[in-house]
Amino acid sequence: MAVARKPNRVKPADAQISAETLKRWYADMLLIRRFEERAGQMYGMGLIGGFCHLYIGQEAVVVGVQAALQEGDTIITSYRDHGHMLACGMDPKGVMSELTGRRCGYSHGKGGSMHMFSPEKNFFGGHGIVGAQVPIGTGLAFAHRYRDDGRISVTYLGDGAINQGQVYESFNMASLWKLPVVYVIENNRYGMGTSVSRASARTDLYHRGVAYGIPGEQVDGMDVVAVNEAALEAAEHARAGQGPIIVEMLTYRYRGHSMSDPAKYRTKDEVNRMRTEHDPIDHLRQRLLDEYSAREDELKQIEKRARDIVIEAAQFAQDCPEPDPSELWTDVLAEA
Amino acid sequence: MASEVLMPALSPTMTEGKIARWVKNVGEPVHAGDVLAEIETDKATMEVEAVDEGVLAKIVIPEGTDHVPINTPIAVIAENGEDVREAEAKRRPAPAQNKVPDAKAPEAKAPVPPDQEAEPTPPRPAIRDGAVAAPPRPPPAPAADPGEYTGKTVTQTVREALRDAIAEEMRRDNSVFLLGEEVAEYQGAYKVSQGLLQEFGPRRVIDTPITEQGFAGLGIGAAFAGLRPIVEFMTFNFAMQAMDQLINSAAKTRYMSGGQMAAPIVFRGPNGIASRVAAQHSQCYASWYAHVPGLKVVAPYTGADYKGLLKSAIRDPNPVIFLEHELVYGESFAVPEDPEFLVPIGKARIARPGDHVTITAFSRMVKLALQAAEELEKAGISAEVIDLRSLRPFDVEAVAESVKKTNRIVSVEEGWPFAAIGSEIAAIVMEECFDWLDAPLKRVAGKDVPLPYAANLERLAVPQVEDIVAAAREVAYR
Repeated sequence: MAVARKPNRVKPADAQISAETLKRWYADMLLIRRFEERAGQMYGMGLIGGFCHLYIGQEAVVVGVQAALQEGDTIITSYRDHGHMLACGMDPKGVMSELTGRRCGYSHGKGGSMHMFSPEKNFFGGHGIVGAQVPIGTGLAFAHRYRDDGRISVTYLGDGAINQGQVYESFNMASLWKLPVVYVIENNRYGMGTSVSRASARTDLYHRGVAYGIPGEQVDGMDVVAVNEAALEAAEHARAGQGPIIVEMLTYRYRGHSMSDPAKYRTKDEVNRMRTEHDPIDHLRQRLLDEYSAREDELKQIEKRARDIVIEAAQFAQDCPEPDPSELWTDVLAEA
Repeated sequence: MASEVLMPALSPTMTEGKIARWVKNVGEPVHAGDVLAEIETDKATMEVEAVDEGVLAKIVIPEGTDHVPINTPIAVIAENGEDVREAEAKRRPAPAQNKVPDAKAPEAKAPVPPDQEAEPTPPRPAIRDGAVAAPPRPPPAPAADPGEYTGKTVTQTVREALRDAIAEEMRRDNSVFLLGEEVAEYQGAYKVSQGLLQEFGPRRVIDTPITEQGFAGLGIGAAFAGLRPIVEFMTFNFAMQAMDQLINSAAKTRYMSGGQMAAPIVFRGPNGIASRVAAQHSQCYASWYAHVPGLKVVAPYTGADYKGLLKSAIRDPNPVIFLEHELVYGESFAVPEDPEFLVPIGKARIARPGDHVTITAFSRMVKLALQAAEELEKAGISAEVIDLRSLRPFDVEAVAESVKKTNRIVSVEEGWPFAAIGSEIAAIVMEECFDWLDAPLKRVAGKDVPLPYAANLERLAVPQVEDIVAAAREVAYR
């Protein structure tokens, strides 16, 4: 069983990845970054309430993984979910309108930041209870197997969720029944304010499936190319009927756990070092310029497009009215 | 000195069993721990081991005999060297309290609704030895109310009705599957899923590890993806491990997703008290689940309702908590055979019409309420028994209409009294028909203590017929 920590890919093993693909990923990551920055700003303005968990810093993970998937593969994650939704192709206007609690939101304003879904885009949430998405994602894999549709479930979880009991209940069943599921652990080093080393007996998390015969791998989650390569391998493993696989993405969130978190459990220095030395977006931009002879102006164009999409979404999300009061009573039960 | 082997009680609810097979033959030596016979209980086939050393002197109850009450002598073991005939002659008579009923005692007939063609009672295996007569069946259960159903019925136990409901729905819809502990190869911890693995195979009848939170969540995920899982909890006591998934994932997702996504799923299994299994395995969760918007909650009593409601639950697009009762699994009722027979969720049933007092109950307590109504009849009090069947949605109208007729109400439930279904009924009556009341509502509920083990204490903790009778008399001022 392969349980391995892969060396950080200094030079990309990306001979076959085209400049076009990399530019698309650059655009996707930028969209998430700009979207989250805007969401943070709107939270500060009181336009978004409640809990709001930003994905800034982790963009390479979801963009690299999503690019490895096929039409019909299903996605599920926790409450730090805005990036996943955008990467699944959900409409930024619908996501932002849900954040502002408006009727144009994906859940008509009834779900909020943590509870958004789009079965149409194969995105199954958006779950607010740490770890609860893991058995559900395993159930999505069960459905793929039941229907024998050749699709896989990608179940994202964080380094905090990895200590929930139901994660291991899921690992066991997934391995026992050889379910087609890729568990992507987004290890951003802090479960709320508690660092991995203060929460986990061993800080490497990719071997957490060893007891269940689930192979694992650790990947530099700040490098979208490395993420994509690992995700491709993992998806192939699951799709080939070999059962579940774990990919631990070493990543970092720049912002606090949620908007109300002052993040005093880590030093400014640490955050600054990650931002300046390991930023996944800067990293890819530099690579595009250095190795793919991308032009500064075309990258600027991509950046402008991301900004424009977000500005439009933000405006839309403020213009859309709140849900009609009658919405209070809808969608509790369906007619039998 | 020869010793008798008595029919053992092999489960807390077992009152009788079937000698499936004698493993030892007469004349064979027996050592302590040897398997003497295989016995079928209400839950499983079990082995009976010898406690004494010696020779199997006599088989009193031949194999194939069903309905053998516990503590009936089934064999004689002679001491080594002891003459078998002598041993037989010296056999102690069976203890008085375990006296086997007279062979000529009239058989209690399985219940058949008055307007139905009587189904022939299935013939019982002949007692070849003649030493022991077949015991009577349990007292006849009240007939199922097939409502407007006029089709064919079959007399069957609740566990059979449940199995048929599942099998029929699995035949009808390929996306329906059964998931849970011991549902497949073991054939169900309470034998509810008997034969389903054989008919549908391991793809659709799936044994899980003991991992309630995990398989509840897995079922919900499969339901989100459009399948229709039936998740069996061995008992609802274990569903507490899965509570977060049931409430936060199953019940709330339709709402949180603006109607885009939901879990069409049934969580079913025995709820409420069992028999002598004490506090951690005896609890009624009705009010817990009935509290939660986004769930439907049913707790039937009759076999027809078990079948018709389970089929409705499986077809329902919402998560349904289906509360069964271990002590009712073995009771027989007339059950509709029509695979399209459905009982709508959300409708109560008048189990017995009456004029002087309304008694509401659900699940096994309906049986006690009906028995109480018979007692009350003798005292000239005509009780109307309402079998609630559904707890969410709750049939407010049925209760209110009854109270407007009788002007008095007693609620009965096994669960604890505080913040219970009875509390809710009290509120409903206040809101809907306060002006019709001639007496304050009276609640009969489980005592406000964890359920004790000792037989006498257990009896005190659980509502009894006499408690219901007393409460009804109190509200009737008679």
